[in-house]
Amino acid sequence: MKTIADAFAASPNGKAFIPFITAGDPTLAVTEQLVVAMADAGANLIELGVPFSDPTAEGPVIQDANIRALKNHVTTDDVFDMVGRLRANGCDVPLVIMTYANVVFSYGIERFAAREREVGLAGVILPDVPHEEKAEFAEVFSAHGLDVVSLIAPTSHERIRQIASDATGFVYIVSSLGVTGVRSEITSDIGGMVELIRAANPAIPCAVGFGISTPEQAASMAAKSDGAIVGSAIVRMIGELGEGCVEPVKAYVREMAEAVHAL
Amino acid sequence: MSNSPTSRGRFGIHGGQYIPETLMNAVIELEEAYDRYKDDPDFNAELTSLFNSYAGRPSLLYYAANMTADLGGAKVYLKREDLNHTGAHKINNVLGQALLAKRMGKTRLIAETGAGQHGVATATAAALFGMECVVYMGVEDMERQALNVYRMRLLGAEVRGVAAGTGTLKDAVSETFREWTNRIDDTHYCLGSVMGPHPFPTIVRDFQAVISREARAQILEAEGKLPDAVLACVGGGSNAIGSFYHFIGDEDVRLIGCEAAGRGIDTWETAATMNVGKLGIFHGMKSYFCQDEYGQIAPVYSISAGLDYPGVGPEHAMLHDSGRAEYVPVTDEEAVQAFEYLSRTEGVIPAIESAHAVAHALKLAPTMSSDQVIIVTLSGRGDKDVAAIARYRGENLHE
Repeated sequence: MKTIADAFAASPNGKAFIPFITAGDPTLAVTEQLVVAMADAGANLIELGVPFSDPTAEGPVIQDANIRALKNHVTTDDVFDMVGRLRANGCDVPLVIMTYANVVFSYGIERFAAREREVGLAGVILPDVPHEEKAEFAEVFSAHGLDVVSLIAPTSHERIRQIASDATGFVYIVSSLGVTGVRSEITSDIGGMVELIRAANPAIPCAVGFGISTPEQAASMAAKSDGAIVGSAIVRMIGELGEGCVEPVKAYVREMAEAVHAL
Repeated sequence: MSNSPTSRGRFGIHGGQYIPETLMNAVIELEEAYDRYKDDPDFNAELTSLFNSYAGRPSLLYYAANMTADLGGAKVYLKREDLNHTGAHKINNVLGQALLAKRMGKTRLIAETGAGQHGVATATAAALFGMECVVYMGVEDMERQALNVYRMRLLGAEVRGVAAGTGTLKDAVSETFREWTNRIDDTHYCLGSVMGPHPFPTIVRDFQAVISREARAQILEAEGKLPDAVLACVGGGSNAIGSFYHFIGDEDVRLIGCEAAGRGIDTWETAATMNVGKLGIFHGMKSYFCQDEYGQIAPVYSISAGLDYPGVGPEHAMLHDSGRAEYVPVTDEEAVQAFEYLSRTEGVIPAIESAHAVAHALKLAPTMSSDQVIIVTLSGRGDKDVAAIARYRGENLHE
């Protein structure tokens, strides 16, 4: 099954466009269609959010998506089953779960990792698990050949070296202070953060997320790193368009992916 | 994972620092500052002076003679945190944290609040120290505790309503964490209970431990011996850990935390985490949480906004695991009866939170002998609850 490393390697210019959607928003059936559509449109890696009742790192747009998905009674098992169906139907885009520590912990870390491997997922991003708490999850996931993605923030400073040297999969650079959500400009020194990551771990790809919504921003962030992650801008379209979101999201992802791949 | 830093701030298997990377340097900076000042004579002298000359400490240990006679068992003492400035134990922690924040060069305090007591205390300290203050409060709680909302605004704080989720304490905590990731440099998150990521559970416990430090000396003075039991209500657990702390080494002293059972622990409308929760990770800590089988945090319920929280502090979780402390459920109805009982019997109107501890004392004291002694911590006063209790009793009373 495709790993996160494959996602970056498969891109002609080594740059990845990484969209995020919340599984089960507006319905799991539409999520399934969205994954296929985004893969067709050039997404290199897709982050699938498993909904959580209290997503403390999210802004209002993705908070609302979590609420919508939970109102549909979407469970962790439902998301695994959906990924199993995607794989059975031949969709082989690398997929990584994004959720919160308690979703994985309550399921059982070992059981969660085993299910991920079984259905063909590549790992997990846990925004409430910093470097100090990572081992509890990463030791189990790595035994299954899966990655627990490390995050670096504008406040990380001297922590970057240590986090980057232990990172696997890719390093998620949080572009800005605060929670997820669209921003008109990103003022952090992304180039400086990337330089510190590369110095500590030359092989690890790094991609920038939080605040990106335009092709220009995506290109600019991917130029400074190895990729751009977009969540809120897509989730907002899904929230507004409901079941009719698939084609518009596909068109948007194509435009964003082209901007990243044109570099 | 070579050279991985190990998880810090553990209480047994509980605790830790499960927070976004954005906040990690902030909590490390806080830990370093606390380590620097906690044994600093100047810091402690200033804090003691604030406790004594501003907050009104030491708080009384009051012998509840009428209650003792009426219950016909153990002698009942009330540790009167309700007599503190701002009317609850919350001021102990807030003065400590505000002083620490000031030493760290922070100029702005943010806080969550449930019943409003912690918000009022934080707004008070911010006024005293000339700091900016923003308090996050669930919209449901703003409705239940309208007077405290006005009180905070009167003290110069901005109160921001949180409509997300259930609009209660857990949502206010989530939103305050979100705000902290947004603005860290000048801002200290003045967390109100013994919860959240390390070092908060330790810092808040240490500032609240003044309760048992005083109570231990006071009961030895009054009775010449230690109490047989110490009772306190538990939401996140700050007044309880403060009440227990200096008795933990005294193994003959029973430590009893009284949880809010709401409409009963056999219903969904409960907040009795130790009794119905399971191990999880939320709000920065590993501990027990009310949650469903997929780890979704439960929309808990209690008549008491201050106990209406789906988790419990990690040190309590450890004391529960080891059996050193017991955690008992108390229903809304039992708490309201105790609220009325204490008002009538002793002329003391307790906070509805504290009434949960009083309610358990009403059950426990009669089973004990007259040479035994229990201490019940009255964590706060009940003025804020009068209208809500009247409505609970069917009176059409609004503030």
